[in-house]
Amino acid sequence: MTVAVVRFPGTLDHDSARRAVERLGAPAVWAWHADPELPPGTTAVVLPGGFSYGDHLRCGAIASRAPVMADVRRHAERGGRVIGICNGFQVLCEAGLLPGALRRNATLSFVCRQMELEVGDPDTPWTAGLPAGATLSIPVKNNEGAWYGDPGEARVVLRYRAGNPLGSVDRVAGIANRAGNVMGLMPHPEEAADPLLGSTDGLRVLAGVSG
Amino acid sequence: MTSVVVTVMPKQGVLDPQGQAVRGALERLGFAGVGEVRIGKRIELEIAGDDPAGAAREMCERLLANQLIEDYRVEVPG
Repeated sequence: MTVAVVRFPGTLDHDSARRAVERLGAPAVWAWHADPELPPGTTAVVLPGGFSYGDHLRCGAIASRAPVMADVRRHAERGGRVIGICNGFQVLCEAGLLPGALRRNATLSFVCRQMELEVGDPDTPWTAGLPAGATLSIPVKNNEGAWYGDPGEARVVLRYRAGNPLGSVDRVAGIANRAGNVMGLMPHPEEAADPLLGSTDGLRVLAGVSG
Repeated sequence: MTSVVVTVMPKQGVLDPQGQAVRGALERLGFAGVGEVRIGKRIELEIAGDDPAGAAREMCERLLANQLIEDYRVEVPG
């Protein structure tokens, strides 16, 4: 098992993502945006948060066309696990690996706070062992986190429990593709991965990278 | 090289919070009678070849616009 953590110019959260993955006992390696292929032996891919390519044009738009993404697509099409966090979620939507798009928050403000999430779909690798309706406490920190799309085209894995601070359709916090192997979410599970951070619930989601 | 102007706008029916915020600010400044305000972007390109408009349309399809939420318009100013 090898988890590839992809870095684009402007990625910020790669260290904390890698640390959280390693905390789960999964060996992690870096992948670079300009690489033509993922590292040999890659079994799962993490697209971490940040501001790839300075968020120019649209968040995630330029990163989604980076060379390494061709192999991320092949990996996903083979059924390999892929999780995109925040900017990584935006990249997956722009790449067409997940339906919908992320837009400016309805409040037009950067939202940075701990959020209660509820499990909408318990039958995904990212919610293994969690019943429908279970609560997870994971922070969000973004400016373009309002998911827009047709929930019928996705599996709504996580919803905001109280309110809808970003203005997502159907209170969407995270979705997966129909097969379930590709997941994207705006909250940051890698920032809820240690008791010192106030919650370890993020590890429940990230555990999907193994197996 | 031909100058080409691409205009990318949020699709009708897609909430444009930027436009709404600007409309609210205009009202507070006393501008009455402002209806909907929508904010998009203008991209100016210099393109070589015999079909610059066609090339710009392909660029819109593949990168410049996200057609789920945005419409685009290509113009070659005379």
